[in-house]
Amino acid sequence: MTQVNRLGGGQIDTGRTLSFRFDGKTFQGHPGDTLASALLANGVRLMGRSFKYHRPRGVLTAGSEEPNALVELRTGARQEPNTRATTAELFDGLQAASQNRFPSLKFDALAINDRFSNFLTAGFYYKTFMWPAAFWEKLYEPIIRKAAGLGSLSLQDDPDEYDKGFLHCDLLIIGAGPSGLAAALTAGRSGARVILADEDFAFGGRLNAETFSIGDADATDWVARTLAELQSMPNVRCMIRTTVIGAFDHGIYGAVERVSDHLPEPMPGKPRQILWRLYAKRTLLCAGAIERPIAFENNDRPGIMLAAAMRSYANRWAVTAAQKVAVFTNNDDGHRTAVDLIAKGVKVAAVIDPRPDAPRLADCELLAGAQVIDTQGRLGLKFIKVKLGDGSERTIECGALGVSGGWNPNVHMTCHQRGRPVWNADIAAFVPGKDGPAGLSVAGAAAGDFSTHSALRTGAAQAASALDGIGLSASPADMPEAEDAPVNLQPFWYVKHGKGRAWLDQQNDVTVKDVKLAHQENFRSVEHLKRYTTLGMATDQGKTSNMGGLAIMAELAGKSIPEVGTTIFRPPYTPVSMGVLGGRSRGMHFHPVRETPSHTWATEQGAVFVETGNWLRAQWFPKPGETHWRETVDREVRAVRSSVGVCDVTTLGKIDVQGTDAAPFLNRVYANAFAKLAVGKTRYGLMLREDGIAMDDGTTARLAEDHFVMTTTTANAVGVYRHLEFVRQCLCPDMDVQLISTTEAWAQYAVAGPNSRKLLQKIVDPEFDISNENFEFMACREITVCGGLRARLFRISFSGELAYEIAVPTRYGDALIRRLMSAGQEFDVVPYGTEALGVMRIEKGHAAGNELNGTTTALNLGMGRMVSKKKDSIGSTLSEREGLNQPDALALVGFKPKDNSAQVTSGGHLMSMGTPVDASHNQGYVTSACYSPILESSIGIGFLKDGSNRMGESLRLVSPLTDSEVEVEVVSAHFVDPEGDRLRV
Amino acid sequence: MIINHPLLGPRDSQEFTYLGDAALIDRPDWQAEDAVDQFHDYLYLRDNPAGIHRELWFHETGDRSWLVVTRDTTTHEITSVELARDVARARGRSK
Repeated sequence: MTQVNRLGGGQIDTGRTLSFRFDGKTFQGHPGDTLASALLANGVRLMGRSFKYHRPRGVLTAGSEEPNALVELRTGARQEPNTRATTAELFDGLQAASQNRFPSLKFDALAINDRFSNFLTAGFYYKTFMWPAAFWEKLYEPIIRKAAGLGSLSLQDDPDEYDKGFLHCDLLIIGAGPSGLAAALTAGRSGARVILADEDFAFGGRLNAETFSIGDADATDWVARTLAELQSMPNVRCMIRTTVIGAFDHGIYGAVERVSDHLPEPMPGKPRQILWRLYAKRTLLCAGAIERPIAFENNDRPGIMLAAAMRSYANRWAVTAAQKVAVFTNNDDGHRTAVDLIAKGVKVAAVIDPRPDAPRLADCELLAGAQVIDTQGRLGLKFIKVKLGDGSERTIECGALGVSGGWNPNVHMTCHQRGRPVWNADIAAFVPGKDGPAGLSVAGAAAGDFSTHSALRTGAAQAASALDGIGLSASPADMPEAEDAPVNLQPFWYVKHGKGRAWLDQQNDVTVKDVKLAHQENFRSVEHLKRYTTLGMATDQGKTSNMGGLAIMAELAGKSIPEVGTTIFRPPYTPVSMGVLGGRSRGMHFHPVRETPSHTWATEQGAVFVETGNWLRAQWFPKPGETHWRETVDREVRAVRSSVGVCDVTTLGKIDVQGTDAAPFLNRVYANAFAKLAVGKTRYGLMLREDGIAMDDGTTARLAEDHFVMTTTTANAVGVYRHLEFVRQCLCPDMDVQLISTTEAWAQYAVAGPNSRKLLQKIVDPEFDISNENFEFMACREITVCGGLRARLFRISFSGELAYEIAVPTRYGDALIRRLMSAGQEFDVVPYGTEALGVMRIEKGHAAGNELNGTTTALNLGMGRMVSKKKDSIGSTLSEREGLNQPDALALVGFKPKDNSAQVTSGGHLMSMGTPVDASHNQGYVTSACYSPILESSIGIGFLKDGSNRMGESLRLVSPLTDSEVEVEVVSAHFVDPEGDRLRV
Repeated sequence: MIINHPLLGPRDSQEFTYLGDAALIDRPDWQAEDAVDQFHDYLYLRDNPAGIHRELWFHETGDRSWLVVTRDTTTHEITSVELARDVARARGRSK
């Protein structure tokens, strides 16, 4: 197929031809084309089907504000739905498919919706799919999702990478049209650090789309020259294909740079896109303006577009949508389209201007005082029907119509912090208010200064003034003479003639009638209007449609447009892919991975790992021939209880507490007393929240008068440290105490089992006596091991066996585990993982995270008497509240099934025998359960009302979630060695 | 947001962890007659102003200072940043 609608000139490289496919057909275009311009060049006007009524649609615009021409770009894993054909750069081999049509774009089965439009009006979903409620999720929504649609996802992993980047500057300039370029020249020449960002793939803004001169040169030459100067300045960073998406607090802007979207696939090592976080001392918004349409009957046929878009296609891309066109405009600027297209050799049938005194600016027929009242052409425009000034009607043949209702300054970014735009009657548009983000000023068309001459000057002046505000001096760059036409416009929003549908929001199929219906049904505030009709929703956020909707609402309500106001503009300015927001934080990189010092060794042993927070911990160590994890865990537990085992406990939080007030500080943060803990001793500590609920627990060792080492649970290490710093800095600012987290500084292993001392004696240097007499239960000491390596030894036990924890500097962690294993061979030492650790602590009845679950008190945990009343500690006062001290308060107890083969289920709730299973009869719940290889039975611990007085009672343990019920007996939580004899031998 | 740390200069708020009302510094006396009531109010009753708010931020990935940040909750404008320790001392806290 030849490019039937390609014109001469333009900023495309006709020396090279690119081949691409749209809906399976092959076409040609050139470098510099967008998908939209290349399709138009090939005579393709029909590019999509509308959201609700499946109406045939073509391009409305030539930029990122496009509501209609959304396509699925690329195939396979890179398939991207809802891509605007107007911004997709053409590359060789590009593949695109239209959306929301079945079976084909030209024949779409659901176009039948268009016939039922009387039923599908505003509020249709709300009115129709209300009852029964359960039907919404199962029936209505899937059907609607299928019928009303945007594009589909590939459902494959994204093969590309996305980066995040950070940049700082004195002046951020958003938009590189005439005002942005003038600002960049001014700021760049002054030496300020400048970032110039533009969403387009060519700098120049509207100058690329017009036929203006600047000084005595073509505007495009001026752009090229200016750009060359800017790119030669080391203090100016020109960011092309970079959309500033939002203005955030304190001069922080978000931007997305599309590094590789214009290529078939990213270059090796390059990301597809980058999310930039821009820190700007000052910002100048030079985002230009967006043209708005006029609504009239059947104004949505392919070929009907904005007048300036038609001009852009002709001037920049050397394309016309049809060989014969017409223009419908209420302002002088629209006439330029006729002038430019005539100059390109396109036949302009007429310029239709509702102003009776419209000037004749183009060399073609002018129909002043006339309006377009209807159009024809099923899949593309063929005729327009015009009502002339004298009331007569005339049909004009044309394949494209350029429409202009005036221009809206692009105020979006000025409203991201709740700024409100203000009405400017001279241009019948909203302009930025004075309440925009701090540090942001506006120049050029975005500020309502529409002429090129004025854009150049305000850009330069605003840049100088912004820099002045941060103490940098710059003088506005001298700007040549340029186009300086005044704005001549008569507000005209919609044609009142006819009963058919006149489209306001083509993306959401919202018509003038829908706005009238919203008004009639009292959804009159703009925010209600938006939600009720969906006006201004979805990917384009109403950039071309909102003004029309609120102008009509104003008319119906008898108010002025500024009284009606606008909806709130929110980031992002244009749609942002989820991929770039995630950046590299996906898969294994979703969060950092922390590996313990024994990780390499554990991997060599074939350990199975489990994520605990960011840590990877060995869960169990399967041996050859073991077929089920339980087999492994049972073996590990039996080995520890009969001889000795080693477990990496490095992940527990370690906080070093030093200072003359270290002991009083610990007294403040722990509920139990610490001041009198002897040097060389370790004590269990329970930490409460201020509301009296248990926060964390652990052991704290006193290494010297003024030196303690605290341990926390793995999960709470960060939170406990934060809490301690809060107490230290905010509550006890004069205490002489210093804190530092040493979790990663020490590798720590639990060595547990009856042979643990014998094993340790083989590696602890002989001058340190660790016999039972000289290193009793709960002792701690700084020692050396393996011939002089400094270490810390704690005689503490989580398993209930004779046990120690030994810590060495992290870099020796790998060597120590290997030494323990080889030295322990004679005792058949085993490594054990978190699962065996958990089984043994349940057998021993030790509380852990499942029990310290954010709802339990010291009393519930059986530690009520530990909370000292003789001192001030966090949480002690409120732990005395009546509600937390009821006689039947939950108490931690153990449970055994009556039938040894039955299973105790964690999370199950306890009911008395013979009572109904409901919340009001709930007696408590099981928090932890496991199979105990020692008791050869499933066991559990949990909380039971008045539990300590109910030993021996039978209860029903019900778990509706797993649909199970088991009869259990209440027993002591201390299943193994309840007297603790084994700890002290 | 950018928080102007009194020791380290302007820092991105992403480096901080938010706690809430700086009134948490004013922890009641545990030996007061009505200590339970006072602690109840201290812990559960908070103003939630639309406007100027003094609040605690922790420089968790920085120097681990607790800061009292005075911020307008409607505009996010920050008018003062102090070390919480200085504020606590000024409000009579000691050990």
